[in-house]
Amino acid sequence: MSRPRTQRALLTGWGRTAATAADVVHAVHPDLVDDAMAAAVASAGDTTDRGLVARGMGRSYGDAAQNAGGTVVDATWLDAVHSVDLESGLVTVGGGISLQALMERFVPLGWFVPVTPGTRLVSVGGAIAADIHGKNHHVDGSFCSHVVSMTLVTPTGTHLVTPASDPALFWATAGGMGLTGIVTEATLQMIPVETSYMLVDTERATDLDDVMDKMLHGDDAYRYSVAWIDCQSTGSKLGRSVLTRGDHAAMADLPAKLSSNPDKARAFVPRQLARVPLTAPSGLLNPLTVGAFNEFWFRKAPKHQVGKPHHMTGFFHPLDGVGEWNRLYGGRGFLQYQFVVPDAASETVRRIIERLTETKLASFLAVLKRFGPGDPGPLSFPMPGWTLALDLPVGHDGLDRLLNDLDEQVLAAGGRIYLAKDSRLAPDMFRSMYPGVDRFMEVKQRVDPDGVLRSDLGRRLGLCADTAPRPGTAPAVAPTPAKATARKPAAPRKTPARKAPARKAPVAKKTAAKKTAAPPTSSERTEP
Amino acid sequence: MIDATGRPQSVLVLGGASEIAQAIVAGLVPGRCKTVILAGRPSERLDAAADAARAAGADVVETVAFDTTDLAGNPAVVTDVFARFGDIDLVLAAAGALGDQDALESDPMAAADLITTNFTGLASAVLAAAGCMRAQGYGRIVVISSVAGDRARKANYIYGSTKSGLDAFAQGLGDSLVGSGVGVTIVRPGFVVGRMTEGRDPAPFSTTPDAVAEAVVKGIAAGSDIVYAPPILRWVFGVMKLLPRQVWRRMPG
Repeated sequence: MSRPRTQRALLTGWGRTAATAADVVHAVHPDLVDDAMAAAVASAGDTTDRGLVARGMGRSYGDAAQNAGGTVVDATWLDAVHSVDLESGLVTVGGGISLQALMERFVPLGWFVPVTPGTRLVSVGGAIAADIHGKNHHVDGSFCSHVVSMTLVTPTGTHLVTPASDPALFWATAGGMGLTGIVTEATLQMIPVETSYMLVDTERATDLDDVMDKMLHGDDAYRYSVAWIDCQSTGSKLGRSVLTRGDHAAMADLPAKLSSNPDKARAFVPRQLARVPLTAPSGLLNPLTVGAFNEFWFRKAPKHQVGKPHHMTGFFHPLDGVGEWNRLYGGRGFLQYQFVVPDAASETVRRIIERLTETKLASFLAVLKRFGPGDPGPLSFPMPGWTLALDLPVGHDGLDRLLNDLDEQVLAAGGRIYLAKDSRLAPDMFRSMYPGVDRFMEVKQRVDPDGVLRSDLGRRLGLCADTAPRPGTAPAVAPTPAKATARKPAAPRKTPARKAPARKAPVAKKTAAKKTAAPPTSSERTEP
Repeated sequence: MIDATGRPQSVLVLGGASEIAQAIVAGLVPGRCKTVILAGRPSERLDAAADAARAAGADVVETVAFDTTDLAGNPAVVTDVFARFGDIDLVLAAAGALGDQDALESDPMAAADLITTNFTGLASAVLAAAGCMRAQGYGRIVVISSVAGDRARKANYIYGSTKSGLDAFAQGLGDSLVGSGVGVTIVRPGFVVGRMTEGRDPAPFSTTPDAVAEAVVKGIAAGSDIVYAPPILRWVFGVMKLLPRQVWRRMPG
């Protein structure tokens, strides 16, 4: 085993908040994942021990794919297609391949990914780690329900995990935010499609009751369903929405112009229409501009339209057409608040939308969707009920307290927050929302007894051991620091159970004791 | 960790008994900050500050003996806190004394002590903290400077020069930490009515520890480089710095 080459980099999630620096390992070969894992295990307990986590496309909004001061394995290199069975639709791919790449390759061959979120720019490993859902959750469930097996590199070895071989590990990994290991390969059951088009019904709903009623009574007739809610309109227009629902189009469903040209009807060539060239000034997205956009969006939608063919890209991933759109939110970034509450708690959804409209936060159209039954993952997000997701710019005074209040309401309704979107939940709130966390921790303890797998999200929510000692085991600080102790503050401490924080890069380990009074040099790297 | 809205979960205060620091801690704890380490000279005031942090709802509150003038011991105190308590999201450098200018002018040794307290000692401790945070990959260091450091005034130039030095140090440190995940926020309060200024006449635009704390908590959340308290002092001192010296030296007080 050799310690892989690393590169120090500042990382954030898609929301561009809370940047932290980590040593990035470019996993150009799967062996490097093993090497990085072995190196992290070898340093467990010493002063350079800051753990390791995998990172895919960086589309989690918060701090899930960051590991401050530690190692981050860039898994996007693992983008191979290992095997394909075009009869059954089973594909085995690298954990770093994007859903976009899967669509580009397999849609023309008649297979579509079983679940896609609102962006196709996510990796398969990330999709498993977040147990992502799509507009078809009420019919097809979430992503991991379609994962047949996966190769998981853990601190205690590499496992081929299936729901039957090790259900506890499989389902802890589903939604486990990367804290059970690194998915280097996965076998997925794709779904058959005839074309790259969707047949879409669009209708406007005048208020929240209207859209919820339409979804409750109509969703079962559609494989895909989602509503875009205007979270700025108030009063009788509160919750006015555009509801789009549809299913994959068969060749025969398409107009002659397309069906007579099957290659075109099956083509999947995504194009980026525009790109946000630089970070916008904070405040570009304010209640006025966003309100105008929402009004436009609502009015541009047809009042009622049935069976209109839309290409998959526009139906599933409208925002992917604009590159780096997260820059629109300015220097302080933004966050996404996504929660789910049971069906019976539709009033909570209303109260939360009311609170948000009152606060005059600039919120683009929010997304409302109904979930079907969840899967057994203890940290998997979906549960039957309503889920609402909305983007909010950071910087509004009191945003933190407002969202704390909303957390309380969500918890009181028996709901929870989606970790892939989260960047600010409190640890105690998280534990209350995910009562299965103890089951998760048991599995994590089994595959990662030294607590090597760590992320900023894990530290923030108390899922990882941090580097803090166990209470009571720490040596007391001398009341008047003696000069002798000042000379070697970085010496190993007496309590082996505790993990001291990294103070130096390994390369500079020998001089660590001498240099504690000065910060390490800026060219801090952990190169061999 | 520091979350997306800029809230820290742990803080180390250098100068834990400082009134401004206490007010800042009181502002941080209800938000998220459950670990509070107060470093300072062992005293009733320090213990009272710890009690206040506990009362505000912090889970882990400890006091650590720390004296900025103990130059050899300072770095160890800081690195030891990082080793014992794990990640420290925020270091608040608040230690400092005002001193009596008249007395200091006739007692150079006492003046040197003040400079050590406010600048030399604190800077060495902050450097140790910066090293720990760099390795940790993130964090924020808040340095309590003063508008007195913006331009030295004959009535308190000894104190002013310590803040001037500390301020320049913090600016350079902040620049050197760009890209490391660690940020530095410099706080420049005006005349703060409180224990430190007891018996003195308030200057124009005087403020209170609570008002300073509110501005600082906001500045931490926003990741600001410089916070003036009250904010108007940014413009006032922008002008003051431009005054001809003949005019500036006639400033009262």
